Amino acid sequence: MSRISMEQVKHVAHLARLAITEEEAQQFQHQLDQMISFAEQLNELDTDQVNPTSHVLDMKNVMREDVAKPGLPVAEVVKNAPDSKEGYIRVPSIIE
Amino acid sequence: MSLFEQKVSELHERLHKKEISVTDLVDESYKRIGQVEDKVKAFLTLDEENARNQAKQLDDQIVKGENKGALFGMPIGVKDNIVTKNLRTTCASKILENFDPIYDATVVQKLQQAETVTIGKLNMDEFAMGSSNENSAYQATRNPWNTDYVPGGSSGGSAASVASGEVLFSLGSDTGGSIRQPAAYCGVVGLKPTYGRVSRFGLVAFASSLDQIGPITRTVEDNAYLLEAISGIDPMDSTSANVDVPSFVNSLTGDVRGLKIAVPKEYLGEGVGEEARNSVLEALKVLEGLGAKWEEVSLPHSKYALAAYYLLSSSEASANLSRFDGVRYGHRTDNAETLIEMYKQTRAEGFGDEVKRRIMLGTFSLSSGYYDAYYKKAQKVRTLIKKDFEDVFEKYDLIVGPTTPTPAFKIGEKVDDPLTMYANDILTIPVNLAGVPGISVPCGFGSNGLPLGLQMIGKHFDESTIYRAAHAFEQATDFHKQFPKL
Repeated sequence: MSRISMEQVKHVAHLARLAITEEEAQQFQHQLDQMISFAEQLNELDTDQVNPTSHVLDMKNVMREDVAKPGLPVAEVVKNAPDSKEGYIRVPSIIE
Repeated sequence: MSLFEQKVSELHERLHKKEISVTDLVDESYKRIGQVEDKVKAFLTLDEENARNQAKQLDDQIVKGENKGALFGMPIGVKDNIVTKNLRTTCASKILENFDPIYDATVVQKLQQAETVTIGKLNMDEFAMGSSNENSAYQATRNPWNTDYVPGGSSGGSAASVASGEVLFSLGSDTGGSIRQPAAYCGVVGLKPTYGRVSRFGLVAFASSLDQIGPITRTVEDNAYLLEAISGIDPMDSTSANVDVPSFVNSLTGDVRGLKIAVPKEYLGEGVGEEARNSVLEALKVLEGLGAKWEEVSLPHSKYALAAYYLLSSSEASANLSRFDGVRYGHRTDNAETLIEMYKQTRAEGFGDEVKRRIMLGTFSLSSGYYDAYYKKAQKVRTLIKKDFEDVFEKYDLIVGPTTPTPAFKIGEKVDDPLTMYANDILTIPVNLAGVPGISVPCGFGSNGLPLGLQMIGKHFDESTIYRAAHAFEQATDFHKQFPKL
């Protein structure tokens, strides 16, 4: 019995913006359950007094001077877009 | 004998004596690619016309008698997750099949300043997720020592191209072992620098708190030259560190007398094969013979590294890979009416199985209600793992162990089971979590005839000590003088 329901798998796939088939959902249910069981060995460790590490070096809020610099040329930027027109990138309509 | 059996320093001297030309070096590369690429399958894209034109220009400079830097004219391969302006960069993914970058990564700009010649872009596991190159959407690179075996991954193309003599050296990237593991499997030298040593600007991000670009070479000396060329703080990467870049080549003194080596018992224990263990014990004898001292130590949280790594790296990947949505670049589906459908279908069509699996795991562990239990817990365990290393480095100069638990495995042997595949990386992953530098140097062969690697791990920003010890070991052995027969 998986501790992750099919509904949860589908919800996560929606959050990840990933279309999945029913068959894939079942596969992910099994594999996610396996990996989460594996990850739960971390609960053997008492970490109440431990600070999380998000960055290994001792640096914080690296800033640069707030000076405007030229960006990349628009023609170059849209060159790789699947659909563009007059320097804009076109997508399916957002507002109904 | 292939020109690439010589070191950078030897080739440099011969270039300046005009015994050879840059064109000869570039010819050597493409000639060898013509001979063996069918078997090795290391390259995704070749840049032959540009490389040959550049070689001619560089040769003109030599004719004029100009004095050039160490890497001038040397043919290099670049992993396909490092962006190269106007040279297709795919990350071995269908989602970037026709992606044509509009700028160069900082490391590529540095290579241009050093006047190396880029031969082409190298195969990898899709978005650097994998340990065998079987996760490439295009082809499975083969191990040059035996083409039935994997080259390792994710920088499998980078390691195989160097081992097979297609290029003199290459760049890879390492998030959990992706430089060191394929270097070990292919019998070459691969270094993951300290986190922050090399700019990540233009490296397509997998797990930003772990990723580093590093050199893969035939010899330790070449490795030191290449690292020196690509290191340094970069205003375009706020995680690059403001520390001096020493002359790594000058650290290759051959002298390791009095060097204090720690050997973690966890790196020779359960899950590590006998061949890997024995080759390390032999290597320690060699280092002892050179005047180094070693003692057994403990990195007590090692066994938790793999679980912490998969939670952290997958979480970061799920965020980083959200940029591939079919809007600004890459593949876009033809089968969607609405924007959300377009995102979902594009990503379903563009990503491979392993990438989807990790995006799912990462999204789950970052999702509401699970964040503290999984992601934050893993970050706390990361602190404990980092502290393990700090404790050992209070008393020792270097940590030594195997790079991988076994030599390379056969193609197809492990693809079905993600957790078995992940176990390849148990000895390399803690190094990324701690952010310290690590190298793999050849230290023997398994009974299957495939190479084994010795891993040496140093303190933050102390690549010099790693290079000194690795070079001394290399000079005392002849593993680096053996070449695969293709």
